Amino acid sequence: MDLVVSIAIGIIIAATPLVFAAIGELVVEKAGVLNLGVEGMMIIGAISGFAVTIETGSFLAGVIAAILCGALMALLFAFMTQTLLANQVATGLALTLFGLGLAALIGQAYSGKSAPPFPKLAVPGLSDIPVLGRLLFSHDLLVYISFALVIGVAWFLSRTREGLIVRAIGENHDAAHAIGYSVVGYRYAAIAFGGACAGLGGAYLSIVQTPLWVDNMTAGRGWIALALVVFAAWRPWRSLFGAYLFGGITIMQLHSQALGVQVEPQLLAMLPYLATILVLVIISYDRTRARLNAPASLGLTFYATT
Amino acid sequence: MNSFKKLGIAGAALALSIGYAAAAGKVKVGFVYVGPIGDHGWSYQHHQGLLAVKKAFGDKVSTTYVEKVSEGPDAERVIRQLAQQGHNIIFTTSFGFMNPTIKVAKRFPNVKFEHATGFKRAKNVATYNGRFYEGRYIAGMIAGKMTKTNTLGYIASFPIPEVIMGINATYLGAKSVNPNIKLKIIWVSTWFDPGKEADAAKALTDQGADVLFQHTDSPAPMKHAEQKGIWAVGQASDMKTFGPNVQLTSLVDNWAPYYVRRVKAVMDGTWKSVDVWEGLKTGMLQLSAWNKKIPADVVKAAEKLRDDIASGKFHPFTGPLKKQDGTLFLKPGERISDKALSSMNFYVQGVVGKLPK
Repeated sequence: MDLVVSIAIGIIIAATPLVFAAIGELVVEKAGVLNLGVEGMMIIGAISGFAVTIETGSFLAGVIAAILCGALMALLFAFMTQTLLANQVATGLALTLFGLGLAALIGQAYSGKSAPPFPKLAVPGLSDIPVLGRLLFSHDLLVYISFALVIGVAWFLSRTREGLIVRAIGENHDAAHAIGYSVVGYRYAAIAFGGACAGLGGAYLSIVQTPLWVDNMTAGRGWIALALVVFAAWRPWRSLFGAYLFGGITIMQLHSQALGVQVEPQLLAMLPYLATILVLVIISYDRTRARLNAPASLGLTFYATT
Repeated sequence: MNSFKKLGIAGAALALSIGYAAAAGKVKVGFVYVGPIGDHGWSYQHHQGLLAVKKAFGDKVSTTYVEKVSEGPDAERVIRQLAQQGHNIIFTTSFGFMNPTIKVAKRFPNVKFEHATGFKRAKNVATYNGRFYEGRYIAGMIAGKMTKTNTLGYIASFPIPEVIMGINATYLGAKSVNPNIKLKIIWVSTWFDPGKEADAAKALTDQGADVLFQHTDSPAPMKHAEQKGIWAVGQASDMKTFGPNVQLTSLVDNWAPYYVRRVKAVMDGTWKSVDVWEGLKTGMLQLSAWNKKIPADVVKAAEKLRDDIASGKFHPFTGPLKKQDGTLFLKPGERISDKALSSMNFYVQGVVGKLPK
């Protein structure tokens, strides 16, 4: 039983950065912007969170710094694509490379430094319950925030007026503009939110999961988050499920290897990606319904002619 | 054209040729790293070698390095670019650079190449490697004595002979002092991914391992070990800053003397393609300071092992030894040949698990 709980905890730790990045990117894409710079924003969040935590000794400051820096970088992306009307795909890719390089540059002063372990929640009565206590009530605060974020985004997009406007802009930005909504304004806000979430996801890696900074530590998780948004058919709950599916199978295959399971390790390493593809095929079986979910204006540049 | 222009062009040509003549005396040394120099592991140590070359030769060399070069088609582009830029000797520091190095070496016969941990050579391509398995045997022996759960955890990267012989050496070293030892292995299919390495470390500790070994390049497993309070052995460089209380020892790759030696050979014109495989004997591999908590008798045994291996009295792979499937591959007293070692593709008997292809 203990091993099962440990595995579950491992899965949660592996999936949380993906949840943050995916939910942020989901909002951005719902607004009609394709932000390929998630990886760059994640790693900027990772280094800024780590650096500020080391300098100030406060986890709160580090997390806030990561959010702000991720948002700042996203605002750069927003300025280039919404105001300067640059191509979204090219800009996103360029910002990924820029972010990776900038983080490596800043990180040179911090490689080799260690941050103290992130405090885990300890609810007085609940955390001591034999199995559920460890499983549900003993995580660090960011895990609970990730769940709250998914709930908040789901509620925001489907139940609030502002969420409706965001979705409208993502479906048809010309029509939304004609009605009088500020397409550029909402998109700026959505992109900033996406960058903040990506930064938070990156900070989770560098402050909570492996409290150290090493060059290139996101190792492609931003790209996986991008794929998860598509996998989730742009629905918040599905992105949570996708992140946990991916993270879960990744952890399970590591454990299977350690247990001595007689399957080729490379095959086991493929499993997370295979499982994601398999679920995607099953979900997309009804092709019209699947395509209905993609924001129709995704990736298109908005140029107001009136 | 007017005389001023002619004068200007002549002056520029003169300046350029003087500059070229001055630069022509310098030896240009290039380095290709597979990871970032900030990895505090494999590439970091190679970079220390570069710094040693700079220190030893000062103005007589100019060095270039390219880090984070992935082991695919991009590697060939980077190596070719370094060759085209006039480098005299290029060190390619990862196994996966083997084929790109050979390919580029064919097109640039006047440039010398040094490939680390590979086995293909050419007239202008030399190979060099460290006998890491020597250090792993000793570390395995210490782990065998220090473990309380009799379970060792191993984070492995790719199933190449170098990694496999490391696993086998660790197991043999531990088994020599602890017959009940179990070795759990996780293949992470990467040389460098701190998140994945940390996940693998967690999986191994969850399954009861209380000493961690790694053949990956980041200090994440060491950090995890420090947090959990279990032992760990560092890889490629001294990882003590990440695991001040738990690092038993670390395998430190000391490339500096070799690099200085080879650059000097280029300068003297005595460079030849060789295959160098050195270890504890010449100091290419070093073991960092022992953890203070290791009991004195274990330290003594470890130091004796180290001296015996260095002097050639003892070889970690000495028969009788059986493969995992039971076939005998070393007769009693027989030492494994370098050739068999560098093409090792099987676990020794007692190691549990399936070896990936």
